[in-house]
Amino acid sequence: MAKEKAATHQAQLQKCPTGIIGLDELTQGGLPRGRPTLVTGSAGSGKTLLAMEFLVKGATVYNEPGVFMAFEETADDLAKNVASLGFDLDSLTNNKKLAIDYVYIERSEIEETGEYDLEGLFIRLGHAIDSIHAKRVAIDTIEVLFGGLPNDAILRAELRRLFRWLKDKGVTAIITGERGENSLTRYGLEEYVADCVILLDHRIVDQISTRRLRIVKYRGSAHGTNEYPFLIDEEGLSVLPVTSVGLNYDVPKERISTGITRLDTMFDGKGFYKGSSILVSGTAGTGKSTLAAHFAEAACRKNRRCLYFAFEESPQQITRNMASVGIDLKPCLQKKLLMIRSMRPTFYGLEMHLLEMIKLIHAFDPGVVVMDPITNLITVGLPVDVKSMLTRVVDYLKSRQITTFFTSLTSPDGSLELTDIGVSSLMDAWIVLRDIEAEGERNRGLSIVKSRGMAHSNQVREYRLTAKGFYLEDVYLGPQGVLTGAARAAREAEEAQASAERADEIQRQKRQIERKRAITDAQVAALRAGYEAEAEELKKKIAEMEAREKAAALQRAKIASMRKADKEVDHAEKS
Amino acid sequence: MPKNPKVKEEPEFWELRLYVAGQTPKSLAAFANLKKICEEHLQGKYTIEVIDLLKNPTLAKGDQILAIPTLVRKLPEPVRKIIGDLSNTERVLIGLDLRPDATRSRRSP
Repeated sequence: MAKEKAATHQAQLQKCPTGIIGLDELTQGGLPRGRPTLVTGSAGSGKTLLAMEFLVKGATVYNEPGVFMAFEETADDLAKNVASLGFDLDSLTNNKKLAIDYVYIERSEIEETGEYDLEGLFIRLGHAIDSIHAKRVAIDTIEVLFGGLPNDAILRAELRRLFRWLKDKGVTAIITGERGENSLTRYGLEEYVADCVILLDHRIVDQISTRRLRIVKYRGSAHGTNEYPFLIDEEGLSVLPVTSVGLNYDVPKERISTGITRLDTMFDGKGFYKGSSILVSGTAGTGKSTLAAHFAEAACRKNRRCLYFAFEESPQQITRNMASVGIDLKPCLQKKLLMIRSMRPTFYGLEMHLLEMIKLIHAFDPGVVVMDPITNLITVGLPVDVKSMLTRVVDYLKSRQITTFFTSLTSPDGSLELTDIGVSSLMDAWIVLRDIEAEGERNRGLSIVKSRGMAHSNQVREYRLTAKGFYLEDVYLGPQGVLTGAARAAREAEEAQASAERADEIQRQKRQIERKRAITDAQVAALRAGYEAEAEELKKKIAEMEAREKAAALQRAKIASMRKADKEVDHAEKS
Repeated sequence: MPKNPKVKEEPEFWELRLYVAGQTPKSLAAFANLKKICEEHLQGKYTIEVIDLLKNPTLAKGDQILAIPTLVRKLPEPVRKIIGDLSNTERVLIGLDLRPDATRSRRSP
């Protein structure tokens, strides 16, 4: 059994890691080793870059030299183009880690006169591979041949031979191809490269462009099948698959304060779990940001770093506004424990935001992250995209055990517990802030909708935003639920009154007891006096009777001795 | 520019390079065909250098060789490539600029 298992493991497809962030997770290890992979996409979709990064990462990280066969750009152009991504092709070439062969083909210079094959291409590629012992090959874009050589039949036969030859060489290859109208590639390269096909796409929706990657096919391997957004920035390509983190992270038992003692109490007395995600939703002006600032400030006081993403206000505005409710963020900023990052959601697309965040989180290494508010991101993407992005953010943060505090603006006409993005299922704790309108007043109430993994208060509590911050009031229940505002104040006064009355009553009762005891004591004393008098009397009587009895006995004894009828001693014994 | 280049090229020398990869039938045919054409049209005004890429693979890069066999006309300029086994004599002559070809010879390189 075990042997069988080992055998299947052996037979499994070997993978060649690309070193591209996210792509290896997506393909569960990389591209099929020793086989060609087709990367197709429209112009400017990042094919060349993907191929180049595959080679550069191979050369620098995995010690697998690579050959880049370029049909479109010269070696110099290539080096210049990728230098902005931090790839130093020249030094790699000098160190024999990389070979670039630029193939120039111009139809007008070529005259076709009968039978030929592409052995020259094979020889060049073979020579380049052998000269640096390459394990990886990128061919970009071989379709240029179709424009350069007139005979399609020969070309197709030669391409088929090329891909077989690459397999025989045992190199892992990336072949790029231009996306066709109705097919994956313009010239049907997918017919030849059947092992793995990756499709790159660059789409503009609502004026915001997003690059996407999809693995169309991967023979012999499981892979992520969705379209995954990816980015090209100064560090190259990064794919951000939702599944890249997965639901598999350590969960700490440590607790982290909400920053408000009474709110901590509502969360089982200790606050949130560390590494959990918290959502605070509420209508405009309910104090979501204030709650967030409390949380941030409390974290900083505990020497935890806090990264605050603000999508509405500038850092200066936040510090000023929070100072007005008694939360002083300046020391936190000065100590560099707090970093406020303000960005307009519409500045970039969602994926760029995600990457920005992840990079900042990587650099700043915070213990807590605040995002205020996530609802603003909706302006950038479709709800489903926003949700997918937030899923990835939550996954990422959880895997790093970062406690995250999201705020979400709910529209007053919708259900209060309906968050626009439907992200509540991603959250471990959910606090709802709401306006309670009653008796001509608008007051604010806080309740905990859920808090995974702990007993939490079910109480709706009124709170006020005071000069000392967020203050949770005492709870007074009336016939219509929690009393708020003036009704609560009235009730408070009533309670105070009732309490004073009760205190008076207690005093009165105490005095009553005193009196009762005094009466009882007096009665006891009188009874005792009577008893003692009577006892005296009785004792006197007893003594008299005893004396009389003694006298009678003596009398009887005297008479008996006088009559000599009895012995004096016997009588004495008897008595 | 509109001058007919043929007039100027007449006294020039044809420097030809034939790229092959081993002694394949196509290569042999190409060499035989080339020899025949040159003897017919360029007697005494040509050299043929045969380069076997199996022996000198690095040379493929210099002349941007892909197809085998490829005949490169180094001189007279401009450089021109003729691919295939050179069995189509007509096209070889056009490629070598030995036949006036309206579309080709007027085109600037």
